[in-house]
Amino acid sequence: MSQNSHQEQNLLIPAFLQLRGLVKQHIDSYDYFLTTDIKQIVSSPSNCCVLSDYNPDFYLKYKDIRVLMPSIEEDAVISSITPHECRLRDLTYAAPIEVDIEYIKGNKIICRSGLEIGMMPIMLGCCNCVLRNKSEEELAKMLECPYDPRGYFIIKGVEKVILIQEQASKNRIIVEIDSKNNVVAQVTSSTHEKKSRTVVQSKGSKIYMKHNTLSEDIPIAIVFKALGVQADQEIFQLVGTQKQYIDALGMSLQECSILNILTEKQALRFIGSKIKNSKAAKTGRTKIEEARDVLATVVLSHVPCENYDFRAKIRYLGIMVRKVIDAMNDPKKVDDRDYYGNKRLELAGQLVGLLFEDLFKRFNSDIKKHVDKIFSKPKSSKGEPFDVITAMNKKMITEGLNNAISTGNWSLKRFKMERAGVTEVLSRLSYMSALGMMTRINSQFEKTRKISGPRSLQGSQFGMICPSDTPEGESCGLVKTLALTTHITIDQPEEQISKLAFSLGVEDASLFSGDELYSPGVFRVFLNGQPLGVHRDADFLINSLREIRRKGKISEFVSVVKVEEEQQIHIACDGGRLTRPFIIIEKCKSKVEPKHIKELTLGLRNFDDFVNEGLVEYLDVNEENNAVIAMRHENISEDTTHLEIDPFTILGCVAGLIPYPHHNQSPRNTYQCAMGKQALGIIGYNQFLRVDTVLYLLAYSQTPMVRTKTIEIVNYDKLPAGHNASVAVMSYSGYDIEDAIILNKASSERGFGRSLIVKRQNSDLRRYNNGLSDRLVMPPVIHGDNPPPSIKKFHALDKGGIVAVGSIVQTGDVLVNKETPVNKVDDIEMSKLTDNDFKPSFTCFKGPNPTQVNRLFIACNPEEPFLIKTVTIETRPPELGDKFSSRHGQKGVVGLIVQQEDMPFNEQGWCPDMIMNPHGFPSRMTVGKLIELVAGKSGVFQGKFKYGTAFAGDKVIDCGEILVKNGFNYTGKDVLMCGTSGELVGAYIFSGPLYYQKLKHMVADKMHARAIGPKTALTRQPTEGRAREGGLRLGEMERDCLIGYGAASLIQERLMYSSDVFIASVCESCGNLGYEQWCQFCKSRLNIVKVKMPYACKLLFQELQAMNIRPKLNLSSS
Amino acid sequence: MDANTAYLTQNTPENVHTVEHPLSGGKTLEEILSNIEMTIIEEKEEHLIIDLVGIEAPIANALRRIMLSEVPTMAIEDINLWQNTSVIPDEVLAHRIGLIPIDADPRLFKFKHPNEEHSSENCICFKLHAVCRRLEDGSIVGDKVMSGDLQWQPFPNQQERFGHFKPVHDDIIIAKLGPGQEIEAELFCEKGIGATHTKWSPVCTASYRLAPKITLKKEIAGENAINLKNKCPMGVFDVKKGKAVVKNPRNCTSCRECIREDDSMVSLAKVKDHFIFTIETTGALSPRDIFREAIKELRDKAAFWLDKINIYKRTPKS
Repeated sequence: MSQNSHQEQNLLIPAFLQLRGLVKQHIDSYDYFLTTDIKQIVSSPSNCCVLSDYNPDFYLKYKDIRVLMPSIEEDAVISSITPHECRLRDLTYAAPIEVDIEYIKGNKIICRSGLEIGMMPIMLGCCNCVLRNKSEEELAKMLECPYDPRGYFIIKGVEKVILIQEQASKNRIIVEIDSKNNVVAQVTSSTHEKKSRTVVQSKGSKIYMKHNTLSEDIPIAIVFKALGVQADQEIFQLVGTQKQYIDALGMSLQECSILNILTEKQALRFIGSKIKNSKAAKTGRTKIEEARDVLATVVLSHVPCENYDFRAKIRYLGIMVRKVIDAMNDPKKVDDRDYYGNKRLELAGQLVGLLFEDLFKRFNSDIKKHVDKIFSKPKSSKGEPFDVITAMNKKMITEGLNNAISTGNWSLKRFKMERAGVTEVLSRLSYMSALGMMTRINSQFEKTRKISGPRSLQGSQFGMICPSDTPEGESCGLVKTLALTTHITIDQPEEQISKLAFSLGVEDASLFSGDELYSPGVFRVFLNGQPLGVHRDADFLINSLREIRRKGKISEFVSVVKVEEEQQIHIACDGGRLTRPFIIIEKCKSKVEPKHIKELTLGLRNFDDFVNEGLVEYLDVNEENNAVIAMRHENISEDTTHLEIDPFTILGCVAGLIPYPHHNQSPRNTYQCAMGKQALGIIGYNQFLRVDTVLYLLAYSQTPMVRTKTIEIVNYDKLPAGHNASVAVMSYSGYDIEDAIILNKASSERGFGRSLIVKRQNSDLRRYNNGLSDRLVMPPVIHGDNPPPSIKKFHALDKGGIVAVGSIVQTGDVLVNKETPVNKVDDIEMSKLTDNDFKPSFTCFKGPNPTQVNRLFIACNPEEPFLIKTVTIETRPPELGDKFSSRHGQKGVVGLIVQQEDMPFNEQGWCPDMIMNPHGFPSRMTVGKLIELVAGKSGVFQGKFKYGTAFAGDKVIDCGEILVKNGFNYTGKDVLMCGTSGELVGAYIFSGPLYYQKLKHMVADKMHARAIGPKTALTRQPTEGRAREGGLRLGEMERDCLIGYGAASLIQERLMYSSDVFIASVCESCGNLGYEQWCQFCKSRLNIVKVKMPYACKLLFQELQAMNIRPKLNLSSS
Repeated sequence: MDANTAYLTQNTPENVHTVEHPLSGGKTLEEILSNIEMTIIEEKEEHLIIDLVGIEAPIANALRRIMLSEVPTMAIEDINLWQNTSVIPDEVLAHRIGLIPIDADPRLFKFKHPNEEHSSENCICFKLHAVCRRLEDGSIVGDKVMSGDLQWQPFPNQQERFGHFKPVHDDIIIAKLGPGQEIEAELFCEKGIGATHTKWSPVCTASYRLAPKITLKKEIAGENAINLKNKCPMGVFDVKKGKAVVKNPRNCTSCRECIREDDSMVSLAKVKDHFIFTIETTGALSPRDIFREAIKELRDKAAFWLDKINIYKRTPKS
């Protein structure tokens, strides 16, 4: 029974992902930004109005802000726009931002609604996107693929993803040990306005506070005194009155009295004298006032402080000091920096929100500057009164957003923050690479630092982050991937939660002096890291809050955690936490019953209903610590509180493609995660409608024989990338060493591994400042069979001057016969120009192989009036050296292509598509691949797909039984006949279908050789690299070999004669380089001789001369 | 151990190679030739099963290889693609069309040399014009382009001489079209061999297996006999009068299930000079013709080399 119900409950995962999509986290966060955050930004006191320093009557007030649906304004006509149109026409998928404002014009108050202040890039699939909630048919009409993950932006026709950014959580105290063995408690405060870091640290036996605005560390007692806690007893009460706290604080208090600081004023004066870049002199404030201001606004800026009411800050500081002392006494109390509960993930919505607020502030300050300029001048009575709308620069916000997203440089002026590489171009190499990119997490750690902590897999990442999918090399472990069911929370309002907590019996902290916070048996309650109060019955509070959450009265993403050892309860509702769903277990019984699942299959309920009815709940990383989670039904015990929905969800979507990953050596799964993204396949239903620069496709992509549940969930079965190849595991011919594979020629001729390379070349007719523009010209007429190359290259053109669709073009053939006016400056009328006023500037085909022109796009956008895109398709059957890989990190190149009759065959006449060498197995230990073969083979006979889902999947023993029933050996090893000798092969051969991927590395793109070719202008040495038809370098190590061997002439030939030989004129008498038999130094041509040297050598001498060093050549005859 | 028998043991096939020359056992060529037996086991329109007994593996294999790659057929080689607005790119479409088997006797045609024009002697021409339309009642016609849509365009006097040509099957899907999409093409078949491209191979596959020789090592009776009978998925064994017997040795697929746990009862072996050929045709030639053509080809090859050898023998050694 348990087996059965276990299988049924798996249906929850598809239901979950169907409702959510794979990139819900991106879309949710952007929805939150567009609907809530943007309004909060505009209505916040610092942003909502613009005033003038010169005219006290003037004001501009923002009353509301909205983002509309995406549209484009062309020739004063506003029309709505689809994402695909943006891709094709190089447009930005953006929507107008409208504000309602109230302002003073002259002496009247004017209200204006629906004023556009800029364009907001719209994330595909978000609440303002035209694709939202559209059926497959409607999407098809918009030329959109229904399986596209969405969640990215389109800026100037380029798909851009804002990667998920991982950060240490803000506004939380983290206790660490620094390099000098001091205990450090630090908080990074982050509010909309300010970001700052406050540190409380031990130094020897004393405790100090450290802050960026202060030039020195301040003894903690002085800080307390400056905040108004003058009595030492009160300080003790705030930290703790137990012996260890009094002992630890003693020295700090003593220091304070040594410095003779006893009152609040003295303390503030002390701090005031330590402020960096003090502006006291400028503003005319006293040091005391300044210090008080710093303490109120900058230090611990996230703790509210109104009218210099420091009580909350005092309490917070007390907690920090207590944590430092705790950690000094017990090293176990030090926090783990890599613990994932202390991490927050920043998503597109938050990042764009930060950027937008910055730009909006700048927008307002620009308005203010403009307004001040107007009002500072004496008022002229005539003319219209000044209208502030004229001072609004719409381009500022639009371009600021576009530039940031397209370059990935996030520069926030108010936090003085510069971050590069926030966005990336969405990789469309394959469907999986696009999906993988959308679920990728970027870490803020520096890649160059050789630290293992942040890179290694942390226990708390279990189930949230895919353990396999990370790149190898420098960013290993820093770039991560979300697991299948992970959800990232968005900000929730705190007020409701705090009110609820108070009404559940939390005693408000502000009512206490300090000592009561730490009385034994009492739990301190924190909301998002801020002390809320205390509660005497922790279990009551926690259970009630959880009950309320399960009832759906508060957000399902609120987490409630009890930390027993610290006597604390943490409630969190902030954004960026990782959560994932679990089935709730009560009294050893799953709350999800078969009847619920039945309703699910009938479509009577969806995943949200499970959450709303309290059958399933989300736990974040911290709350997981309070839960006892059973992996499977049979593991449920008395203590169990939750049940995993399905163990395979600990993997991400890319690792989910691997069949039987739990049988593989773990690095192999990681390798496959990297390679799965390079596999050619179908990238979307609209793949032939797209105009990417390069698109790699597979002509006959097949859905894998051995599937996993993930494959079906992420729709890889509909957009696959690979073939079910019949593989024989045996050695053949010797061309299969080092993982090379042998391919059957007949298979490749029937379509195996046949790939399409779709390339695009742009050409635009520009318009110049003088009103002239480029023009298209009819190609010259080609006469005869053998025209000269200068004429022949025009062969593919139509009469209009653009290449004909369907024609075959080769390297150098003209695609667009374009001419540019010679004079781009002076005003001339286009009609008066003759042919001589134009010079040819045609676009040529760049690819190496003959290729067919498939499509032409002619479009226009605001920047380019006439844009021509030529799309060519090249078909490539697999060839020697092309790279293939199975789904188990086993890659190999084609070593030999063999005629079908030479291939071994079995008694049924079957012969393999591919032969793989068995030496690939022992050291790689990819047992999953062996099982995939057996399972695939048995599936073929059953006519069914087999399942190799992680931690489950069809059993080998069952598959073997099916093989036997169909007359095959249970191990999958067959009797084969040799194709060349006709005799039996002297071993039983392990053979059957395996899913093979063709990787993007193809010989046709890489092979390169050169005899004579281009040279660089500066050194006259051969160029470098395949793209420039470069030479093959005889490097230092190769040179060393030749030196060691003594092949002097060969070295001279390679390094000089075949490279940059130069005959220099050298003056024997002065030793200088001459020129054309003339020595400028001696003013003579008498002693000039010719010397062969590398041109680079001559160049060096001249450069040395240019910096006043004279190389002298002493010549002697040998 | 019998030199003419290969044994399938639990772990490996044994004695698979034949090292001795066929004439080394004191046999004469005539004896060998007279011992060759050929029996047709099954003959259908699409496949043929023949027993060939008394020949060596190289000869049998040569026949198999020739059938796969050297018996000519007609296949579409050149395409003039006038219009293709379907989702399938031109080159993929051309590739698909090239693989359609054509029902035409290749023996009626000549090989076309690269510089030669298409003619009635070396070419069959088809036309394909498929348009998909949405009718007024909303139904869609012509959404599937099938091999049956190929229309023969006979060259002058081809029809009178050869009769009618068409693809072997009318129901191979070439492409699927949406309303408004169109494919228009002219296709030219040429004569060729499978070694050049598989589309010219006359067979789906031609292969052989060695005749199984299954013997019981000892008398098996009672429960063991029933177990043995049930073990074999292909029904090779039977129980008669309480004793196990080998009933259908030809059914054996070499799955080795009968020796999986215990190899003391059954001996699995293969007769090395008994080949059971299976020839599956693509439809252009009958399997019988393919076999006959293969033998002809083999004979031609032999004659060719015999000729070469004779010339070599006649030339004086320097």
